[in-house]
Amino acid sequence: MFPVSTPHYLVLSLALLVIGTVGVLTRRNIIVILMSIELILNAVNINLVAFSNYLQNVNGQVFTIFVITDAAAEAAVGLGILIALFKNKETVHADEVDTLRW
Amino acid sequence: MDFDLDSILFYLFAAQILFSALMTITRRNVVHSGVWLVNALVGVAGLYLLQGAEFIAGVQVIVYIGGIVVLYLFVIMLVPVSEEAKQRRFSSQVWAAVLLVGLLTAELMYFLSKGLAGFELAERRAPADIGSLTMNYGEMGNSERVGQVLFSEYLLPFELASILLLVAIIGAVVMAKARTESDSPTG
Repeated sequence: MFPVSTPHYLVLSLALLVIGTVGVLTRRNIIVILMSIELILNAVNINLVAFSNYLQNVNGQVFTIFVITDAAAEAAVGLGILIALFKNKETVHADEVDTLRW
Repeated sequence: MDFDLDSILFYLFAAQILFSALMTITRRNVVHSGVWLVNALVGVAGLYLLQGAEFIAGVQVIVYIGGIVVLYLFVIMLVPVSEEAKQRRFSSQVWAAVLLVGLLTAELMYFLSKGLAGFELAERRAPADIGSLTMNYGEMGNSERVGQVLFSEYLLPFELASILLLVAIIGAVVMAKARTESDSPTG
């Protein structure tokens, strides 16, 4: 249990990124896929705030606000698409939407 | 072995985040996933507080947990969850995905371990205050500092972000609205 430093945060961020990526790639339910994307964006934010703290520079935190803004926009549009998809195809499973697959 | 509060809190929050994230991607019921996602996001907000970023922690709780996750729960209401829970959770590509992500992890860990030496990522603080992770901006508080930078250096991106949100709102409404007879066949 040595003092927590920036690399600790980076490793945590990496682990969260990996969990989110596994979620995106393996789950069938599109809602859970979108939640996994939120996990990935949170990994990015942990990284940004850790470096902001390390460099004693507040720009990283400002960028974090923009990432959160993008997350909100992505969630709104993604869930809008999901509702339209459910109306048209009666499914929320990513592998049942294969009209574009050749 | 000395236990300082910052380290203990870091490991607590890290455990909370990783466990909740794992539960989020493995639960069968989508509502349970959403609740575990809230738990993970609270842990991330705790990490921000630990690093002296109070403003981001507040934004995390208000926007992420109060806004985005509630939006998710609203959408979950619109799809049949109980029937959903009986079906297969994972797609047929699980092992390929896990293999590729393992490869990615190995790569990133390699660069991270290189980075420790190459970019001097170890804390470059005076030995006296190692372990104190609070940010010191002199007279200004964290929120004041963030606000000042946001509204001076980042004023144009800030305004563009508001346009982005406007576009996202309109896009979401257009896509989610009920289809009416007057819509043209092409959309």
